Amino acid sequence: MQRRCNPLKPSGLAVKFGFNAIMIVLSLLMILPIIYIFNHAFKPYHELFIYPPRFFVQEPNVQNFVELFWVTANSIVPASRYLFNSVLISVLSVIGVTLVSALCAYPLSKHPFPGRNLLFATIILMLMFTPEIIQIPRYLVVSNLGIMNTYWGHLLPVLAAPVGVFLLKQFIDQIPDALIEASKIDGANEVITFLRVIIPMCMPAIATVAILAFQNSWGNVETSALFMQDDEMKNFPFFLSTLTNNLANNVARQGAAAVAALIMLVPNLIIFIILQSKVISTMAHSGIK
Amino acid sequence: MKLLSKLWAYRSSYLFIAPFVICFALFIVIPIIAAVGLSFTYYNGIEKPRFIGWSNFQYLISQDLLFLKYALSNTFKFAVIVGPGGYAASFLLAWLISRLRGGVRKWVALAMYTPSLTIGIAMTIIWLPLLSGDRIGYLNSLLLKISFIDVPKLWVTDPDLLMNSMIAVTLWSSMGVGFLAMLAGILNVDTTLYEAGKIDGIKNSFQELWYITIPSMKPQMLFGAVMAIVTTFKTGAIGVELSGQNPTPEYAGHLIVNHINDYGFIRFEMGYAAAISVFLLLVMYGANKLSFSLFNSNDE
Repeated sequence: MQRRCNPLKPSGLAVKFGFNAIMIVLSLLMILPIIYIFNHAFKPYHELFIYPPRFFVQEPNVQNFVELFWVTANSIVPASRYLFNSVLISVLSVIGVTLVSALCAYPLSKHPFPGRNLLFATIILMLMFTPEIIQIPRYLVVSNLGIMNTYWGHLLPVLAAPVGVFLLKQFIDQIPDALIEASKIDGANEVITFLRVIIPMCMPAIATVAILAFQNSWGNVETSALFMQDDEMKNFPFFLSTLTNNLANNVARQGAAAVAALIMLVPNLIIFIILQSKVISTMAHSGIK
Repeated sequence: MKLLSKLWAYRSSYLFIAPFVICFALFIVIPIIAAVGLSFTYYNGIEKPRFIGWSNFQYLISQDLLFLKYALSNTFKFAVIVGPGGYAASFLLAWLISRLRGGVRKWVALAMYTPSLTIGIAMTIIWLPLLSGDRIGYLNSLLLKISFIDVPKLWVTDPDLLMNSMIAVTLWSSMGVGFLAMLAGILNVDTTLYEAGKIDGIKNSFQELWYITIPSMKPQMLFGAVMAIVTTFKTGAIGVELSGQNPTPEYAGHLIVNHINDYGFIRFEMGYAAAISVFLLLVMYGANKLSFSLFNSNDE
């Protein structure tokens, strides 16, 4: 991240302090619901139903965590199975999306192959649309491919991530051609160049694409709802949506639901905190020119 | 022959792009083409699609009362506030954050970005207890306590309030990828431009923002705009999730995406559902074209 010295510094220390304070208060307001869900997850029953409701937990315990996993322990498909599916699918899709996107972004940026401009224009065009709108034809494609009810049905549809290819391509554009030339003079072929030069140079962008892929797949309900028939093939967010279907205006199971929301949120949060600076440095090249 | 040998010369490039291009074609390009094709047919998922010309579109814009009365106007209201509103808020926040110094900046940016991580199912769980319609709901409880309201408000089930709740929750979670792109764009504006600007007589921060920052980061602003449009139009389930009813009470939160799902997955009129999707795709395309003409940096 490039730090610039601001030429228009607020005159006094007080102004600066005040501005920082306002921004911090604003941030706290933004994450208020998040702080709340952390508290809610650890509330025992009598605190969930208390009136007037308390924001902060008084006697934290893990009863809700137990409930979430026990409520389904005796049913055919336990919650742990959904969680296992989610972890497996997310890991595979992070690896798959980054690899597939990087493989495509490299020639798109550095090789003037016939059809390159058409492909890039199509990717930009498809950035504008969203799979949610074309679920029915996607369903038809998946059922015709015969990958219904398999892990492929979870994985393949998310591999097509135009945003990932776009971000990587913009990032690889910054890598000097001379480096690639040098690698070729040293006798490396395209694969070696890709692995030894391109991949190490665009690690920040790869980290960013990995985060986006993880977020996308970790919270993805679409593939489970549409492409999977058997419950043991569905993922954790889908299980959550069944758990919360009748939650509106209802206090029962709120604690367990809060725990589930934490499970959805915390991995995303941790990964983002670790890789935040890489994301910002990638996003600097994200512009559509 | 010449073209063939050229294609052959780039065979490794084609191998590299093959996995993405195959998935991209199968799961995005072909479905969009198929949606356009299906929109001209009657298709119930069992019988073969039957070509019926423009009838789906004619019905859509002239007779589908649910669409004309609720889905269209709701989506318009939702999109106009959440799209440009969320975008402006993202930009403003990114600009304010860029003016923070030191370690605070990272954490403030994180706080703004975190809500967008809850998009989807987690969002419902977070907001339901807060917006619960009885006096145990946190918002009701707070407003009752400060005597702002006399009786608990049904934030998510009252048709008059549902749309506002949907807009508030969506705006809260709208600082996503586009916000990060714009933050990065602002942080990377060439420092010397600001110094030059000062010499040229730029007096305050707002002039600096208008004459230097925004023109230098048009590409990121365009990316942010595209992301904002996508997020705005794909948000459909939120009304159903918040109110817990499908369709939403008196169709108060009925958006075009809900209308597509209604016809596609409940009534199994997939040809008609495809026609609605094509309509939505056209709207999104129009919104994107508008953004491209606003933020295009090529013609300068």
